Amino acid sequence: MTAPTLEVRDLDVAYTVRGLDRAVLRGVSFSVRAGEAYGLVGESGCGKSTAAYAGLRYLPRNGHVTGGSILFEGRDMLAMSDAEVRDLRTRAIAMVYQNPIAALNPTIRVGEQIAEVFRLGGASASDATARAEQALVRVQIADAGRVMRRYPHQLSGGMAQRVVIAMALANEPRLLVMDEPTTGLDATVEAEVLDLVRGLRREINTAVLFISHNLGVIRHMCDRVGVLYAGALVEEGPTSRLLSSPSHPYTVGLLRCIPRGGLHKSTDRLDTIPGTPPPLGADLPGCVFVDRCAIADDRCRTERPAATGLGAAHEVRCHHHDRAARLPRAVEAVRAGSGDGSARVGEQLLEVGHLSKVFTQDGHHVRVLNDVSVTVGVGETLGLVGESGSGKTTLAKTVLGLTAPEEGSVVRLDGKALAATLVKRDRAEVGAMQIVFQNPDQALNRRHSVTRIVARAVQRLGEVAQDAAERRAHELLSGMRVDETLHSVRPGQLSGGLKQRVAISRAFAGTPQLVVCDEPTSALDVSVQAAILNLLVDLQRAEGVSYVFITHDLGVVRYISDKIAVLYLGRVVEFGPSDVVFAGPHHPYTEALLSAVPNVDGSVRERIPLEGQVPSPSNPPSGCVLHPRCPRRAGSGVEHLCDTEEPELAEVEPGHFLRCHIPLPRLREVQVAAPTRR
Amino acid sequence: MDAAAAGAEMRGAAAKAAIRAERFAALRRNSAFISGAAILGFWVLAAIFGRVLSPFDPEFIDLEATALPPDGTYWFGTDPLGRDVFSRVMFGSRQILVMAASATVLGTVVGVALGLTAGYFKGRLDLLLMRLLEAISAIPVIVVALVAIAALGGASVPLTIVIIGFVFSPIIARTVRAAVLAEAELDYVAAARLRTEGTRHILFREILPNVMGPIIVEFTVRLGYAIFAVATLSFLGVGIEPGSPNWGSQVAENWDNIFAGEWWATLAPATAIATLAVSVNLIADGLLEAFES
Repeated sequence: MTAPTLEVRDLDVAYTVRGLDRAVLRGVSFSVRAGEAYGLVGESGCGKSTAAYAGLRYLPRNGHVTGGSILFEGRDMLAMSDAEVRDLRTRAIAMVYQNPIAALNPTIRVGEQIAEVFRLGGASASDATARAEQALVRVQIADAGRVMRRYPHQLSGGMAQRVVIAMALANEPRLLVMDEPTTGLDATVEAEVLDLVRGLRREINTAVLFISHNLGVIRHMCDRVGVLYAGALVEEGPTSRLLSSPSHPYTVGLLRCIPRGGLHKSTDRLDTIPGTPPPLGADLPGCVFVDRCAIADDRCRTERPAATGLGAAHEVRCHHHDRAARLPRAVEAVRAGSGDGSARVGEQLLEVGHLSKVFTQDGHHVRVLNDVSVTVGVGETLGLVGESGSGKTTLAKTVLGLTAPEEGSVVRLDGKALAATLVKRDRAEVGAMQIVFQNPDQALNRRHSVTRIVARAVQRLGEVAQDAAERRAHELLSGMRVDETLHSVRPGQLSGGLKQRVAISRAFAGTPQLVVCDEPTSALDVSVQAAILNLLVDLQRAEGVSYVFITHDLGVVRYISDKIAVLYLGRVVEFGPSDVVFAGPHHPYTEALLSAVPNVDGSVRERIPLEGQVPSPSNPPSGCVLHPRCPRRAGSGVEHLCDTEEPELAEVEPGHFLRCHIPLPRLREVQVAAPTRR
Repeated sequence: MDAAAAGAEMRGAAAKAAIRAERFAALRRNSAFISGAAILGFWVLAAIFGRVLSPFDPEFIDLEATALPPDGTYWFGTDPLGRDVFSRVMFGSRQILVMAASATVLGTVVGVALGLTAGYFKGRLDLLLMRLLEAISAIPVIVVALVAIAALGGASVPLTIVIIGFVFSPIIARTVRAAVLAEAELDYVAAARLRTEGTRHILFREILPNVMGPIIVEFTVRLGYAIFAVATLSFLGVGIEPGSPNWGSQVAENWDNIFAGEWWATLAPATAIATLAVSVNLIADGLLEAFES
């Protein structure tokens, strides 16, 4: 057997911070063979990027290897001179980063940038240009000749990532490192890029080191996977085996945090991993996970577990791996009782009718929302789903009154029509609808204390005096599990999850009837996400509050929503009860979206690709806005309608609305032909 | 989970506090900042205790001792009227410091108000302010001041302060505006609107604390320019109390005697101006470094 392409043995890496060495990798070992894809997975700060970069001897200035070895095709990389490493990186190793736009030089045309890689490899100028164009064709870029002449900012995210991949593959690297290559991309684009990488892997026999926080992506991309926690590899094995029978308590906990497999808030609670990861460079003499492990004992505290083989190349570092599958839950699995906090469940709370919003940009009118009609019942969650640019956030901001909709739009709360803008709404109306923003760093004033942030909202919305408001703020924060000791600090000193709890406390400062949650967990790790989702559901049950929940994560939306509205190009294309929308028949766009999601349980739907790119809202296609990309238009028998006439949002079944010309029976027929396969 | 989470957070909090402490320590280690602060400190003390520290009355004319070179009695020599140069320099720091600081404070207050409004409301007000700024910054401060003083009929200390402040305000406004433009887009501003806060609260309580860094740096930079402006105007004989010691007028009164070999009466106030301006700029550099790290 030949040597693996990359072999990392017992690697220790430390960062020097303020003169002290802090361990970030603790004895990490893994290897990637030619033709194999190896995944490194873990939550933020676990050291997955450090592990990959250290493997290339590519560390920040203050980082250095303190032990272990790195072998590239059997050669010791730590013993190589800088020139040798540089040469290796030019000829044999390629990288694909998370942000493709930032990875490209904004001042050089795409074609020249790719050609440069070939020139460095020794090709003549004209040869390099020709090969650059071939490289673009290889990553399935239509119209490669035109793309060659574009600048990076003229490319969409997915297109730019294809260009980066084309550059990475230019010199036929023997090792390809991909660091969260699809994290910033929309679901359908992510699926396309992942399909491309999978296809190329079959073609090129390269070793791939794939870094991701997304277990679903890892499951679909990697042959083997290593789970990192606090800089240590806690479990490693063949991907499907490891994810279906995890043997480390951390892996078990991580998988239980993910909303999936038909879990729904009405009956299930998500499990969480208690506690927080140890700080950078903490002294961990025993098992790295001991502080958060429900089955840890004294032995785990003092003795570092060795790697134990479980057969089939599945290894785990846990003294009690035999008991890991029966790890006690941190949170009860079943949600007891029906417990709706309000007697009014079933009544309509929010009605949005024919809402439109036009932005003016450089003299152009951009219709970001067009004739949107949705309703939210009391105590209900409406999931808003759609890709970037679909108008989800604009819809939320318009409903809240932060921006005014066009004439003729209707927003009713509790049957009462609301004024278009905040200043014209009274205090009770403003307090009745609140929001939890996506990015808590921006949503909380970094110069104000946690108490002040919440108390001020109580004071304004509840019209109470300052000292009473502060008492109420402490109650609220403690109710959201923000410890008393943290009430006087500023948001900068809190973790992402705690910041989001403060933001939720603020949203509940008045007595809101509706809270918009704009991707509240997308910046958080899955274990923290699970805790926040549980909190939101608990609050809903206790207070009878309704949510409009914006997310691009279909697992989350399925878990938390009662109803779902799918947006495409500022239009609601499908609206209905959550289970109906997921069960189908779907709108063709919804179908494509659902088929794009890489599930962590390994089930694969046949992917229904959308052709081309999302059109600009300033110049939407005629007829149905989806028609140039629609996967079900061909052969539907109504093509002429699709091309010329915009469909209405029509009730095709009781409570189920579709904006599509294709009749429901026809959709049912074609979609049944594409079943879920395992 | 709470105990463990809180423990981790406290460690986080301690780390943040350490970072802040480190930033101050860095400022203290920053030799530019330290020397700047030392020189400025010296002149502030001179301004406050000048009368006590001066060996002579700065306005006392001793016709027995005119144009004496520096010696043990008259450390910096005497001027052609027999006044002690050292005493006049010590005492002269008061006027320049008071005038430059007042003008900068005034310019900062007006500039911050303009910048906050322009950056938050954008639109026509913003456009107007920016055009005004461009017009003003096209003309040197001194020229604006001279024209204004001529038009308003004669100089006085308060008028000079107001004019320098007025000329500086759009420059400070531009810095504040740029910072506010970025801040106003952040969600905490939307959150404030969603609890029915008025504009004044949003501008001064929410946004202002977050743009203090650039304001402090800009203030210090402007103070350096103000010192030069005051010195130049008093050199030109504008905005001074007649007879009172004043670096700019000291230079003006004595510089044509340099060629007669009487360099000390000019060198002492000129050096004083230079050290004060340099010290403020050193402080500005140190602050900028500390805020940007």
